Amino acid sequence: MAKQYETVIGLEVHVELATKTKIFCGCSTAFGGAPNTHTCPVCTGMPGSLPVLNRKVLEYAIAVGLATNCDITRYCKFDRKNYFYPDNPQNYQISQLYLPICRNGHVEIEGKDGKKNVGIHEIHMEEDAGKLIHDDWADRTLVDYNRSGVPLIEIVSEPDMRSAEEVIAYLEKLRMLIQYLGVSDCKLQEGSMRADVNLSVREAGASEYGTRTEMKNLNSFRAISHAIAGERERQIDLLESGRKVVQETRRWDDNKEVSYPMRSKEDAQDYRYFPDPDLTPVRVDDAFLQEIRDRQPEFREEKMARYAEEFGLPAYDIEILTGEKALADLFEQTTAICGKPKQVSNWLMGETLRLCREKNVDASDLCFGPENLAKLIDLVEQKAINGSVAKEVFEVMFEENIDPVSYVEEKGLKTVGDEGLLRKTVEEVLQNNPQSVSDYKGGKQKALGFLVGQTMKAMKGKADPAMVNQLLKEFLG
Amino acid sequence: MDLLSMTAVELSQAIREGRTTAPEALAAVFAQIEAKEETLHCYITIEKEKAMQRAQEVQAKIEAGELIGPLAGVPVAIKDNLCTEGTLTTCGSRILENFVPTFSAEAVELLKNAGAVIIGKTNMDEFAMGSTTETSYFGVTRNPADPARVPGGSSGGSAAAVAAGECFFALGSDTGGSIRQPAGYCGVVGMKPTYGTVSRYGLVAYGSSLDQIGPLTKDVADCAAVLSVIASHDEKDSTSMKREDTDFTSALVRDVKGLKIGIPRDYFSEGLDSQVKEAVLKAAKVLEANGAVLEEFDLSLVDYAIPTYYTIAAAEASSNLERFDGIKYGYRADAEGLHQMYKKTRSQGFGEEVKRRIMLGSFVLSSGYYDAYYLKALKVKAMIKKAFDDAFVRYDLILGPVSPTTAPRLGESLSDPLKMYLGDIYTISVNLAGLPAISLPCGRDDQGLPIGLQLIGDCFSEKTLIRAAYTCEQAVKSAGEADAGQNTPGESAVKDGENPQTVKDETVADSKTGVMTSAGKEA
Repeated sequence: MAKQYETVIGLEVHVELATKTKIFCGCSTAFGGAPNTHTCPVCTGMPGSLPVLNRKVLEYAIAVGLATNCDITRYCKFDRKNYFYPDNPQNYQISQLYLPICRNGHVEIEGKDGKKNVGIHEIHMEEDAGKLIHDDWADRTLVDYNRSGVPLIEIVSEPDMRSAEEVIAYLEKLRMLIQYLGVSDCKLQEGSMRADVNLSVREAGASEYGTRTEMKNLNSFRAISHAIAGERERQIDLLESGRKVVQETRRWDDNKEVSYPMRSKEDAQDYRYFPDPDLTPVRVDDAFLQEIRDRQPEFREEKMARYAEEFGLPAYDIEILTGEKALADLFEQTTAICGKPKQVSNWLMGETLRLCREKNVDASDLCFGPENLAKLIDLVEQKAINGSVAKEVFEVMFEENIDPVSYVEEKGLKTVGDEGLLRKTVEEVLQNNPQSVSDYKGGKQKALGFLVGQTMKAMKGKADPAMVNQLLKEFLG
Repeated sequence: MDLLSMTAVELSQAIREGRTTAPEALAAVFAQIEAKEETLHCYITIEKEKAMQRAQEVQAKIEAGELIGPLAGVPVAIKDNLCTEGTLTTCGSRILENFVPTFSAEAVELLKNAGAVIIGKTNMDEFAMGSTTETSYFGVTRNPADPARVPGGSSGGSAAAVAAGECFFALGSDTGGSIRQPAGYCGVVGMKPTYGTVSRYGLVAYGSSLDQIGPLTKDVADCAAVLSVIASHDEKDSTSMKREDTDFTSALVRDVKGLKIGIPRDYFSEGLDSQVKEAVLKAAKVLEANGAVLEEFDLSLVDYAIPTYYTIAAAEASSNLERFDGIKYGYRADAEGLHQMYKKTRSQGFGEEVKRRIMLGSFVLSSGYYDAYYLKALKVKAMIKKAFDDAFVRYDLILGPVSPTTAPRLGESLSDPLKMYLGDIYTISVNLAGLPAISLPCGRDDQGLPIGLQLIGDCFSEKTLIRAAYTCEQAVKSAGEADAGQNTPGESAVKDGENPQTVKDETVADSKTGVMTSAGKEA
């Protein structure tokens, strides 16, 4: 290929806010209720019902705006986006077009050539739609309005990204900020974070943007990467063969790894946006803004610096611990109880993350708390249990959140401290394994390991391996 | 005892005093319905048994002293665009021909709590779009003064029912004059409160930024009593206002001394029927004779009110009515596929006038036209409000006619929608500016048709309106009494000082009399 092309990408990211109730009524936002049980006249679009803004939604949207360096719109409004679809009970979605709550922000990402800023064009608040369930058997479609009215924010970036890597870095950054704020769990797979990719290509060095397409239905970072690569290639192929890119919305098929056109600009709907007369304009006063500012948490960068200074942890540990807000929280809480940061870090980075991967558990869904982890660390520290017993206990704790102290007691897992019993056992092991004894004496160091193992086995694992080692050497010496 | 000649306030007092009962009053109303309804057709739904049962419950509560308010036991009719739990609510449309709400409008709840007995749901122009009650899917309502004529609209069923004694009072809704104009045509009192005074929760929206619920009553005292009950701050309605001054009965005093009344020249120019003009100016003279100061002035932008109104109301309506799609409730046409189902349902479910306004509204909001139409209309709306603000610096009230003519004949208006829209010229700017206004009878034309007087006040000045309307009503009544030499029942709300409940109201009224008009304006 003679020409060099640059990919230009902007993102529209929808984030479901973790409020208890919906954006315009008092219905629960909880997942998993029976169809149409978390509904009321407002979120099912009954005649005569009226929306009332949930203050928490405004707070959360502003918090995200502050975290992404946005200007907060002090006088903002809601607009109606009109379109007919059965998942949308009023046939209009309440959103923000003319005066969105946040504008002109940016986040810093780590790009290939160092740090760079990705601009945030705006963040607006809106309501989610219901869910259509197609019953092919009965040839009909049913509607569940439980999700109707769940609050969303849409974060619209500037077209500042140039590669899939930058897109992923940007999404990771947003996810991190939002998780730290605690306003959403941001799970792509579960749909609490959704990204639409706007992409165009242009010849390297060109100053004008090319014609862009919008890609929808991207449910994982992997899908996003593949869709970007595929769409870049598709557009370049079009241009190379002398054709034009059509401005359209495309749907990504993750199984086939190709995209299909959904609708072009020509048949784009006219949403007939206008200010919703049922909702009064929102005024954000200084006191309210300050309140939210004061509540902003310590974000990742600040946490990283503090962990190095306060706990003296290695950079590698800090990187991993702060990579998940839930992990960082657990680290801090456990350390506050037991006072042993490095041990806590080891447990979290080692066994915890190993089991998370193995059992496919998200770090934010861990069932055990800091108290039990601190107790386990203390048990090890006091040599009440040895390392391998500790790992066994931890695994049970990971699954069922047991109290390690009573569990060790109940199951009789405590290390035997009786030196007389241990000496007697060592003597027996030596008697029963003359070959190993002579091997060791003949210079085979490996034989000692075997004898330690045999002793531990005889002790049913409940011995301090260091002590066993020492005694064996004494007898063999 | 002629129960039907009583006002709502008089009736509740008679019930409290044991002179009659709620079931008796209801029976009298049903007898009247029996006699008149076939001709007039005020109602879409009448729930006789439910009402009877309710009347008995209310009667028991009144006797137990649990219900003591001025609406306890009084039969009321509700416009059919106000949701009533368990009772058909059609908005006069085929598309809601089978719709039974799961909740009641806030104003309906408040009436129920006050012990009013709901008779049924009144006829109206489809989705409140119309000025004659002829666009109803369920047939026309006729004017009790002359059944060959329309009752006005869109709250025509409510106005006709009050005028014909088919209820003691009614609720209506007013988006561009829909309470005041039929009140004027039927010869009853109708009030559109300040926007935000009565919760819109449960009112099926037409033009959300203009809609207000209000009373249609036999006289001004009833109007004040009903408004006092339905005015409330409701957290379910974001546009609902917190108001402290909602005891409107305190304004039932006959005193307009020093009240400055502006008479806009534009309201008395071309197009106004001469008999209407004469009657309205005569009412102005009555107020002047009672101490009010009249002054003519030029209210600007009057000509822009109609295009502005039809742009904004239609835009909002086009969106508000999108929810009627055959999916969740209401009429659904048989059709193949979603798109066809939407199309057929809405084509068959909505009437001509509604479709006309949906198209108009969709057009003014469409991309490329939004700025030229909708946005411009919003700007003009703000200018109209400013014109009223300027007027209220000088005047306590503005006085004029409700409509250019008395009630037209059936069929006359719909043939020329533009002419029908022009009939709203005096009422719609009030909605655009969010102001309160009252319509009250001020005479009849040579064919015996009622003529309405309209008083417009600044935001939150309902008490001034009520005081002026009451003064006007009482002055005309005393003049009649002087002629006939006998008492009329209309005055008893003020006269009946022996009753412990009304004494309280009166005391308040007395203490507030002196401060009704703001000092700044009198100066």
